[in-house]
Amino acid sequence: MKNGYLLAAVVGVLWSLTIIVCLTIVMAFSTGLPVHPVWLAAIVQGAAVGLVALYVPSRLLGILISFALVLGVSFMQPFGISLSEKSFAQGVGVLVLVLGLSVPLSIMTKGMPAGTLTRHQFEEGIVRFLTGFGYVFFTAIVVVPFYVMLMTSVKGQQALLLNPLDFSIEWDKGWDLFRSYQELFTQYNFGSYLLTSFLVSVATVAVTLLFSVPGAYAVARLRFKGQAVMSRSILLIYMVPMIVLALPIYVGFSMFGLRNSLFGLLLIYPVTTIPVSLYMLQGYFRGLPAEIEEAGLMDGLSRLGVIWKITLPLSLPALASVSLYVFMIAWNEFLLAFMLLDDPSKFTLTRGVTMLNSSEVPRQHLMAGAVIATLPILVLFLGLERFMTKGLTAGSVKG
Amino acid sequence: MSTTDYPNSSTGAGHQPTALAPPRSGPLAKREARLAWGLLTPTLLSVALVIILPLLAIFWISAKPIGLSDLRPTTPDVYERVRGKVSAAGDRVTIEYRLTNSSREKPIANVTMSDVWPAGLEPVSLDERCTLAAGQLSCNLGDWEAGHRERLLIEVVAQEPFINSDVNVRDTEPVMTGDASSDLFNLTFTWDNFRSVFDSGEFLEVLWVTLFYTVVGTIGALVVGMLAALMLNKSFTGQGILRGLFLFPYVAPVIAVAFTWVTLLDPFSGSFNALLVQMGLIETPINFFGQRPLALFTVTAFEIWRYFPLSFLFILARMQSIDHDIYEAADMDGASPFQKFYYLSLPQLMGILSVLFLLRFIWTFNKFDDIFLMTGGNAGTRTLTVNVYEQAFAISNIGAGAAVAVVIFGCLLAFSFFFFRFISREEGL
Repeated sequence: MKNGYLLAAVVGVLWSLTIIVCLTIVMAFSTGLPVHPVWLAAIVQGAAVGLVALYVPSRLLGILISFALVLGVSFMQPFGISLSEKSFAQGVGVLVLVLGLSVPLSIMTKGMPAGTLTRHQFEEGIVRFLTGFGYVFFTAIVVVPFYVMLMTSVKGQQALLLNPLDFSIEWDKGWDLFRSYQELFTQYNFGSYLLTSFLVSVATVAVTLLFSVPGAYAVARLRFKGQAVMSRSILLIYMVPMIVLALPIYVGFSMFGLRNSLFGLLLIYPVTTIPVSLYMLQGYFRGLPAEIEEAGLMDGLSRLGVIWKITLPLSLPALASVSLYVFMIAWNEFLLAFMLLDDPSKFTLTRGVTMLNSSEVPRQHLMAGAVIATLPILVLFLGLERFMTKGLTAGSVKG
Repeated sequence: MSTTDYPNSSTGAGHQPTALAPPRSGPLAKREARLAWGLLTPTLLSVALVIILPLLAIFWISAKPIGLSDLRPTTPDVYERVRGKVSAAGDRVTIEYRLTNSSREKPIANVTMSDVWPAGLEPVSLDERCTLAAGQLSCNLGDWEAGHRERLLIEVVAQEPFINSDVNVRDTEPVMTGDASSDLFNLTFTWDNFRSVFDSGEFLEVLWVTLFYTVVGTIGALVVGMLAALMLNKSFTGQGILRGLFLFPYVAPVIAVAFTWVTLLDPFSGSFNALLVQMGLIETPINFFGQRPLALFTVTAFEIWRYFPLSFLFILARMQSIDHDIYEAADMDGASPFQKFYYLSLPQLMGILSVLFLLRFIWTFNKFDDIFLMTGGNAGTRTLTVNVYEQAFAISNIGAGAAVAVVIFGCLLAFSFFFFRFISREEGL
């Protein structure tokens, strides 16, 4: 096994299988063609291209040979169907296949001798393959579900039943592409859900900060008996599962008539986020130099004045992280909204999407609802990723 | 070190004398402590109300024989109608109140009824339990048995003002009051809830499913997250983009991704099955969410998919803080990549890995939404948390749901014991 040519061939086969599966998915999703891998051809061309990469030092020559190999081994049907169908798309596919085979493989076998390998070289080869495989694999498992979510929402019911793999955009439909979105907003009241969700999330952020900032300051800066216990045990609250709390809350709210009210929801949401917010903030407050605050105290500010005028302006980045994180939790919250809200006029977005999960509502509507719920939070996340990742790591977040 | 006798000579690098702390029990210290508790009060109060109180309530409810329908309070009902027709002054009609206790189990004590009558109605004879004063009828109906029903008839003579006005007798609803004991607050307790939970043959299966889901889901998310972190632990263009991309499953709302998986894996119109068939890997579509034990594997895979980003993020952050020198030294000594990972990286990651394992273990154990949305606990995917919902709302037995919740709480106490024993030492959480 520890021979250069053997490793190159094995890695070539594995890589070829990876690439061909990915390309098949991409081709099927984007063109709707009945493409499928020719497994035997994939194995043979993988081994061959691996050896070519090992023995042919010139990359250009390697690509040309691979090109011939890919077409030759599969009898001019690299995707299992005749090249005459949608030739342009298949042509692009072949090009990507050739480049995707020969370039990565030549990188993986770079500097590898054809003969016996040392342990270092052998493992290096495997690590290179695994890294390459990892990029493709992880990207695929993350991108495919989101792509399917987005594309299903703009497909017609008929088209999807006909070929569940065809996610090509039907451009000729024009604005009709967004029909499910339009129906969600006009018939299913999603505009109001969006607004409710937004207001509830913002209010949750506000209340959480209002409660947790003083608490975090006290735990971080002030000396009192029980300070250590407090800073540790606050996270214990995160060990309590929501469903265990939701049951008595449901019972209590039923009796006091708080079910079906956003006020009731707002009584609960902030408390689920206060502990982690307090924990994150106290960590940040501890890192701030105490001297500045002491100077403020000397100059006659009260403690609250110090918090307001010195600590808070200095901790804006932390406040941003915490706010974003709390916003995300409140926006994504499902269980309480599901149990406590029955009245469609008061639904939050997540509750509204749950309503779409019935056999009477077409799948595109459900997926459009999912997109509507996902998009704002993803946009926020991409725009402020730095804060968000910091928030996620700092809080050692609840899932 | 005592604060009063710190050494005059420096005892070593980085060892600085601690600042003089104020005495522990002076008036200033007391004021500071008071302020601290004052600042913490809102948090503590809200936590006590929304977390501690429900937790205590769970124990109470779990010992109560109550179902979903018992949450509605038992109240006396009334239906009012007028028998006969009025056309001229002096006509006689009968006002009829049909009174019922809709509960078949519980009596109601001290029932009263009051009703406002329109002007111009004179009672011929009044039931002895009722009085009429200033157009308001008040009745003391005494104690009612369970399922009590009766008709209260009052014959009245209509006068001129009533005929002339458009007012109807039924325009004002009679108001009923009565004291009924709610099952929730009385002092009868029962073990029935626990018995029904433990006795059912499925409880062992629920435990086993929970264990599998938790252990495999946790370890899977950790391993996959670590692989992803290993892969991205080098700088290249696009590293930031990939890192952001890998966090998508975690950041997106659970309903969105859960329903997407359901759509994707659907046996009839799902793309994944269609893909497998087209590639020639399977003959007939697989029902990923409807078959035992496959459904359990699928929801566990979902759990891993959704939470690997979290461990990925933490492990990557830890990896990037490892000093590079040790790897160069290892290279000099001829260590292979796997050796470097096993002997150098892994020991440094053990701390964060064990923290993540314990946290994720508890959170996966607590997870409800994912399974509930994907399978609803069917096809052998019912975990303890889903069982709470199932018992309380599907079978409508709130008490049994609470009993399962108590079991969960017991498990969590055991976990937190471990948490404090091991974790707090590891990372000083």
